[in-house]
Amino acid sequence: MITAIASLTVLGTILGLILGVAARVFRVEGNPLVAELVDILPGSQCGQCGFPGCAGAAQALAEGSAPVTLCPPGGRAVAIALAAKLGVDADFSGVKESASLIAEIKEEICIGCTRCFKVCPTDAIMGAAQQIHAVFREACTACGKCEQVCPTESIRLQPVMVTLQSWRWNKPVAGEAI
Amino acid sequence: MKLFTLRGGVHPEGRKALSADMPIRSVPLPARLFVPLQQHIGAPATPVVSVGDHVLKGQLIASAQGAVSSAIHAPTSGRVVALGDYIAPHASGLPVPTITLDSDGENRWVATQTLDDPFELSMEEIAARVGAAGIVGLGGATFPAALKLNLSRNSGVKTLIINGGECEPYLTCDDRLMRERAVQIVEGIRLIAYAVAAKEVLVGIEDNKPEAIKAMQEAVRGSEVRVVVMPSMYPMGSEKQIIQVLTGNEIPAGGRPADIGMLVHNVATAYAVQQAIRYGRPLLSRIVTVSGGAISKPCNLEVLVGTPVQELIEFAGGYALPVARLVLGGPMMGQQISHARVPVVKGTSGVLALTAAETGQTLPSPCIRCSTCVRACPVGLLPLEMAAHIRATDLSAAVALGLKDCIACGSCSYVCPAHIPLVHYFNFAKGELMEQERGKLKLAATKKLADERLERIQRIERERQEAAAKRKAAREARERNKAAAVDELSCLVRSLPLSDPLPLTGEEAIEALRGSQVNELAAKQAATQTITEAA
Repeated sequence: MITAIASLTVLGTILGLILGVAARVFRVEGNPLVAELVDILPGSQCGQCGFPGCAGAAQALAEGSAPVTLCPPGGRAVAIALAAKLGVDADFSGVKESASLIAEIKEEICIGCTRCFKVCPTDAIMGAAQQIHAVFREACTACGKCEQVCPTESIRLQPVMVTLQSWRWNKPVAGEAI
Repeated sequence: MKLFTLRGGVHPEGRKALSADMPIRSVPLPARLFVPLQQHIGAPATPVVSVGDHVLKGQLIASAQGAVSSAIHAPTSGRVVALGDYIAPHASGLPVPTITLDSDGENRWVATQTLDDPFELSMEEIAARVGAAGIVGLGGATFPAALKLNLSRNSGVKTLIINGGECEPYLTCDDRLMRERAVQIVEGIRLIAYAVAAKEVLVGIEDNKPEAIKAMQEAVRGSEVRVVVMPSMYPMGSEKQIIQVLTGNEIPAGGRPADIGMLVHNVATAYAVQQAIRYGRPLLSRIVTVSGGAISKPCNLEVLVGTPVQELIEFAGGYALPVARLVLGGPMMGQQISHARVPVVKGTSGVLALTAAETGQTLPSPCIRCSTCVRACPVGLLPLEMAAHIRATDLSAAVALGLKDCIACGSCSYVCPAHIPLVHYFNFAKGELMEQERGKLKLAATKKLADERLERIQRIERERQEAAAKRKAAREARERNKAAAVDELSCLVRSLPLSDPLPLTGEEAIEALRGSQVNELAAKQAATQTITEAA
């Protein structure tokens, strides 16, 4: 009887000590998942998801309060990566590809105010004061920040034109003759 | 020679008799040619002529740009009338940058150089000349030939395989070329073999072309080139399959023939190489089979690149029956086009006008899991499973089943008793994967840009603060110095014999000093010096 109590007490004390030490040694600062999710998100801090920047969105995703399809500039690629990271199933059919919109400048009404140039999170706009600005198509994430600040509505998000390089076969439609 | 067996494959009705006995004829010079700048895999060529320029036949009009690209030459002499977009010979019907050339009817060549012994050239020189001649793979893949030569020369070639398979139904352009120009083809083959130092050279020809086999066997007599007769089967003319049949080696998934010491070129490419090296003629024309049930007089034509398809059809007597489908290339892997105004390009092996009976349009019905497609797949995939996953938009499952190894030959769609458009599913999925890949690359690039911008903004802010702090410190130091000087001054003033009460602050001390009637020069000088130092 006493042996049993003693041995269990000793065991409990030792294991408790180990747990206590482990809790101190392997302590984790914050949720590591949030950092991983931030890595997946585009990092343009555009705020289109309704959260303050990508870190805020990652926090919400980690808590499960936001859907994985929340990021418009990231498009389907990001949604799939987020779903894989969080281990959730989602319907991606409604998610547009990231490259479906792109900023375009109407040169005849651009006044060269440099406002869009200053807010672009990916440096996709080239310009200087009193000079017509231009968009680097490869760098534009269609975050829409430039559209909001343009005083003349010269810069607008436009659908990307399909070219011979980007053309793809459509999905076969059930019930359609081949 | 012992042949190896091939997994899968189908035996579609050849229908080559329609055009196989028609000798190669030239199409009359078209009045206007549309020469697309993208007729090859890789980057489009860059035009080196301007609107209004007069060009000679064979003159360079667009140069290769970047690592994978090909040069383009004027198919005939004439005037450049436009540099702009024109409909591409492609299923999408989208425009492609094109040079429009009005022929002057003279067909005048640029100065070309004929070599008596092309084997005097170095291996590198041959590859360079093949590149300068704008030669691409004429079997349909249109990969720049010079690149393949250079890659293979560096990695070493055990077996050079010349593809005379022509397994697509209807097409007879390679058959006719081998029958009529076997000597030139063999010289081209020997030039390629010399350029890559190939140890063994095999020409694979399907047994449904007995005349071509005979002509080639006669032409190779006395050379190291061997003609191998292969059984007729689709897709025998595919690069991976012809290697497997002739050598028994299989290219690893995602690999290239060069990985296992192989190099495959088409017979038409060998002919183009011979023309370029011996006569200095760039690739300006190719043999095109015009056939199909709707064509009045099916034929084989030598056509200048840029000739509108319409002119070929008219030359072949126009349509005898209503056309259900117009196809560029073969019926299995060709491109369906919506109208005949598109130009012939380097990769156009055939123009087929098919009737409704030939296309056999049928509504797809549900999969009955008969696995006929599995038996037909030459790569050994499970088309029915892959298509089911793709239909459910589960691309990763399809990739796990080997979607990336699919060669899009269409054998599965051809045999499917339920008429399920299997290869269409795979083409769709491959496009989707490519798009996802592109999205990922773009995301990585834009993320880097966003991070760099954030870092830059922080750095600028930090530098601004540092500069401000430095300025503040300097100002404070100056103030301190000034205060010290003023204190010293006030001491000096206090020591002077003044009538007024002693000033309290430094400023008042200076004023007092200025206003006082001090005659002691030394004190004044000392004060001036101190002020100067402080300033």
